[in-house]
Amino acid sequence: MEQVAFYGFSALAIISALFILLTRNLMYAAFGLFLALVGVAALYVLAGADFLAITQLLVYVGGILVLLIFGIMLTRPADERPDAATRPNRIEVVNHRRFWGILVAVVLFGVFLYTILAANFTLIGDVLISRSTIRTLGVELMTSHLLPFEIAGILLLVALIGAAYLAMNRNPSA
Amino acid sequence: MLSDFGTIFLFILAAVALVSMMLGMARLLRPNNPNEEKLSTYESGEEPLGNANVQFNVRFYVVALIFVLFDVELIFLFPWAVVFGNEDLIQQTNGQWGWFALAEMTVFVGILVLGLAYAWAKGYLDWVRPEPKTPHVDSPVPTSLYQQVNEKYKKS
Repeated sequence: MEQVAFYGFSALAIISALFILLTRNLMYAAFGLFLALVGVAALYVLAGADFLAITQLLVYVGGILVLLIFGIMLTRPADERPDAATRPNRIEVVNHRRFWGILVAVVLFGVFLYTILAANFTLIGDVLISRSTIRTLGVELMTSHLLPFEIAGILLLVALIGAAYLAMNRNPSA
Repeated sequence: MLSDFGTIFLFILAAVALVSMMLGMARLLRPNNPNEEKLSTYESGEEPLGNANVQFNVRFYVVALIFVLFDVELIFLFPWAVVFGNEDLIQQTNGQWGWFALAEMTVFVGILVLGLAYAWAKGYLDWVRPEPKTPHVDSPVPTSLYQQVNEKYKKS
C-alpha cells in the first residue's frame, strides 16, 4: 500500500514537472507546479517528515503559488491588438534559452546525483518507525530553540515590512 | 503517523472521485446545444467587455504577500498548540510550562502584529475606492432657478 502510494505520488510529481517543462502556457505551468508540489508533500509524508509536508502544503501550495499566479497577472502588458476582446487569453512563453537551460539542468542533476551516491545513509535498510514529530518539535521550539524561534519572528516582521514597502513604493501610480 | 495521513489520502481520493463522477455523469446526461449567449463569459448578467487579460492592481499582490507571511507564522503556531496545554509537562513544572509557553507565543505573535500594524498604518491595506462620477452639465440656467421651481411646485 505504501509502495503504491509512493510510486503514485512520485509519478504525479514527475509527470507534472515534465508538464511544466513542456507546456508553453505560463498559467498551465503554474497549475502544473501545484500538482508537483502536492506530490512532493506526499513524498515528505512517506519519508516520515510530517511537519515538513504540512509546511509544504500550507506555504508553497497555499501561499507561494498564489503569489506566483498574482505575479503573472501583474506583469502582463495590456493586449493592444484590435481583436483583443475576442482572442483567447493564452499567456505564452515567447523566448527560450534552450542552451543555458539544459546546461543548468544537467549540472544540477549531476550535483544531486553525486550527493546521493556519495552520501552515507546510516538508516538504510531500517524500518521507518513513523511517529508524529510535531510534539517533539513543539517542546524543542519552546525550550532549547526558544531564541531562534523569537528571532524568526523578528525576521518575519522585517520581511513583512520590507516586502510591503517595496511592492507599494515601486509603483507610484497604484 | 502514516495511518493518520491515510485519512487525508482517503479525503484526496474521495474528492477526486466525487468531482470526476459528478462532472462525468453531468456530461453523459445533459443535452448539448450551445448558442452565443450560453458560451459568453458570465459576469453577473453584465455584457462582458474587452479582454480579461488586464494588468492587476498591485494591492492584490501586497495582500497576498502579507498572507504568506502570516501563513509562515501559522506554521510556527502549529507545534506550539500541540504541546501548550500538555498536562504532563504542566505537572512536571508546577504549572509554569503553560504560562511560559503562552508568554513566549504572545511575544512572537506580538512582533508580527507590529508588522500588521505598520502595513495598516501606512495604508497598504486600504483599497482604492472608486470615485463616484457626478454628471456635470454646462447649462446657462443657474441652479438657483431650478431650486425656485422646486419651491414653487412643492406639494404642501
